[in-house]
Amino acid sequence: MEHTHTEAGHEAAHADSSTKTIWRTFWILLCITMVEVGLAFLHLETGFPSRVFLNAIFVGLTVVKAFYIVAEFMHLGHEIKNLILTILIPLLLFVWFIVAFLYEGDSWKNMRKDLKPGTPVEAPKAPAKEGHHY
Amino acid sequence: MDTAVTAKKKWWAGGYSPFNVSYGKLMMWYFLMSDAFTFGALLISYGTIRFSSPSWPDPNEVFRSFPGMGHANLPLVFVSLMTFILIMSSVTMVLAVHAGHMRDKKAVAKWMIWTIIGGIAFLSCQAWEWTHLYHEGAWWGRNPFMNVDGTLASTNFTNFFFTITGFHGLHVTSGVILNIVILANVLKGTYEHRGHYEMVEKVGLYWHFVDLVWVFVFTCFYLL
Repeated sequence: MEHTHTEAGHEAAHADSSTKTIWRTFWILLCITMVEVGLAFLHLETGFPSRVFLNAIFVGLTVVKAFYIVAEFMHLGHEIKNLILTILIPLLLFVWFIVAFLYEGDSWKNMRKDLKPGTPVEAPKAPAKEGHHY
Repeated sequence: MDTAVTAKKKWWAGGYSPFNVSYGKLMMWYFLMSDAFTFGALLISYGTIRFSSPSWPDPNEVFRSFPGMGHANLPLVFVSLMTFILIMSSVTMVLAVHAGHMRDKKAVAKWMIWTIIGGIAFLSCQAWEWTHLYHEGAWWGRNPFMNVDGTLASTNFTNFFFTITGFHGLHVTSGVILNIVILANVLKGTYEHRGHYEMVEKVGLYWHFVDLVWVFVFTCFYLL
């Protein structure tokens, strides 16, 4: 009887603190979204944070939001290391994936621009300065 | 936190899950990981095409309408509302999972109902947005919006927009259906009888994943 009672008390205390964490996470996510939208409006009105700088902030804040959703809402932050690493390590592939494909896209854009019919052909390149042997 | 305990306990020696979660939950994580790669592939192909295009339509020009506001220029406002709805429904989902740990059947049912309402509200918003864009002449294979530099845009923009938000909307739809199934089981007392509410946690993982994907879709299509 005594035991059950303490158990229940412990559960209730635990309940309170995790409900607090849930709402704290909610406010963090909401604030980040509001900051993002606010910055977008600031850019529209004044053009202040330059486009490149703004995009870097947006991507950074998105990763922060993703972290809070996965760690708190999906509870991954409270699982054991084996599970966390099993989920996160394969996702590292995305780093290569994004870099490679965006680089590829950019290269296509440049080729389309440089090789468009009617584009004046640049003078043949001077022979390589340093010894690049193929 | 539990490193000392973890080190002493031989996680890979057999006898229990080395991940300290049930089989079902682990498989849900694996499924979500594969789904993350599917969405990642879609979003990265969108990025590749966008990087390979000399110019692209300005999202603030395209997504600037709000229901009942006529032609008022309100970029980002409606999609912020949609984001808020989805985050909110994620919160009610965690609260349902939490109530499940407490074995509080009534509270689980209450929070599940709120989550379902949130999901349906999000889908309704998306339906409105799609209908609105459709009436403006946008659809797969049709793009009425100009590029930022004033040149005629290709249909890549609308094709990617409808495909990716559509695929996400499909996930939300199936999430709502799963939530309804789980809610029915909660009300029937299936989990009370079983002694735990782990099924609520599993659909919860799926539901948060849908929210997670939206965070990326929101950034890629509306902010960047």
